[in-house]
Amino acid sequence: MHSVTGLGKIWSLVFALGLSCCVALMPAVSRAETVPAIAAAANIKFALDDIVKNFSAETGLKVRVSYGSSGNFVAQIQHGAPFELLLSADERYIHELHKAGFTRDAGVQYAVGRLSLVAPNKSPLTLDAELNGVKNLLAAGKLERFAIANPEHAPYGERARELLQKLGLWDGLQTKLILGENASQAAQFAVSGSTQGGIIPLSLALAPQFKALGQAIALPEELHGPLNQRMALMPKAGATAERFYQYLQSDAARAVFLQYGFGLPAR
Amino acid sequence: MDWQALWLSVKLSSITVLVLIPLAILAGRALAYRQFVGKSWVEAFIMVPLVLPPTVIGYYLLVGLGSQSWLGQWLERLTGQQLVFHFSGLVLASVLVNIPFALQPIQRAFEAVPHDVRDAAACCGMSKLKILLKIELPMVWPGVLTALVLCFSHVLGEFGVVLMMGGNIAGETKTISISIYDSVQAFDFGAAGTMSLVLLLFAITALALTTSLSRRLGGQRGANHR
Repeated sequence: MHSVTGLGKIWSLVFALGLSCCVALMPAVSRAETVPAIAAAANIKFALDDIVKNFSAETGLKVRVSYGSSGNFVAQIQHGAPFELLLSADERYIHELHKAGFTRDAGVQYAVGRLSLVAPNKSPLTLDAELNGVKNLLAAGKLERFAIANPEHAPYGERARELLQKLGLWDGLQTKLILGENASQAAQFAVSGSTQGGIIPLSLALAPQFKALGQAIALPEELHGPLNQRMALMPKAGATAERFYQYLQSDAARAVFLQYGFGLPAR
Repeated sequence: MDWQALWLSVKLSSITVLVLIPLAILAGRALAYRQFVGKSWVEAFIMVPLVLPPTVIGYYLLVGLGSQSWLGQWLERLTGQQLVFHFSGLVLASVLVNIPFALQPIQRAFEAVPHDVRDAAACCGMSKLKILLKIELPMVWPGVLTALVLCFSHVLGEFGVVLMMGGNIAGETKTISISIYDSVQAFDFGAAGTMSLVLLLFAITALALTTSLSRRLGGQRGANHR
């Protein structure tokens, strides 16, 4: 009994000590104070990654970007998320936040988004700007799954829905739709090989990481409402966030947006 | 491989276990030895996080502790720190979610301690604290170890709650499971695969270690109380 008691105690000590050491040795994330958190719509990920790299190289300043769905970020900001800048996929969200007093001002438009129709490699779907390929495949009963972002809270999903409604495909596709939580996840689903294709942001389809996985074509902008992407600073934004906000409107940043298939707002 | 996210997850798991296990030992002992009115209700309530979807817990924490709620505002005034979208909020969430994982094995272990052993110790004039440290803890240690490993592993893989109330901020709330999710969405299957493999190997090792340790410790006591 004695030896057992000893053993139990030794084990407890070893574990307690081990864990305490683990926690004690952990470096405090002090950098976090000076590196602003920025929320960005998933569809600008690849373009923004490049822009952030250039910005850091040029200024020596760092920013931390969280990518997700604009709608989710709006909900989180309303509950006090510590973001200093929000780059939305849509202007409506920025206007909503501004009206409710969560942003510094009405912000500025930084890019105009476009939709693209994509198909994974080996998909029977043929790509054309009028979506005849989708129509034919649907009629032949060979279209089983088609991915778009969730129209309820992702702007690119909303515009995809408008486009499909305009082309009279929306009702027929109802049972085939796979909804991504944001534009990135929709893109992920569209080329996973488990779907025949999908409608995703052109900016993601033009990313080098995407090229190996599928084909894409740009869709006509007349078929849906404009994807005016707007950004705004939050009241608590610091100097670094302000500087990045200015940089996003510079010629250097605009050139990167252009390269990823975005249209540019007039100045 | 996102080392920062892995580190954050390990830190979160360690702190959660450090906070939760001592509390679970006290609560588990009380629940095992005491009979009181409404005990089954208390036990049922404690088990709720086990059957509640993580998104539901995440939602309540987001709304209940956010800057819009009186509780969130009060806590912010008290600590000068916002809980939601902050590491401390993840600790709180992890502790709440893991109560059943910690309490169950520990309570069962205390229930298995024979009455006469405790009575004998009390007759010998040992204090309550001494009985706990000298007699009970060595006997319930396998249960405590199981609870510890279960909680640690469970926090390491927590996804839904963190996604809802974390905000995915690098170095603050971007845990390893969120980082895997992000990598997949960025078509970076290499990184996602590496991180998933690390978590898989960790889970298997942790479980194997617990099983063998409890068997050894249980076996050395001559009787395996289960």
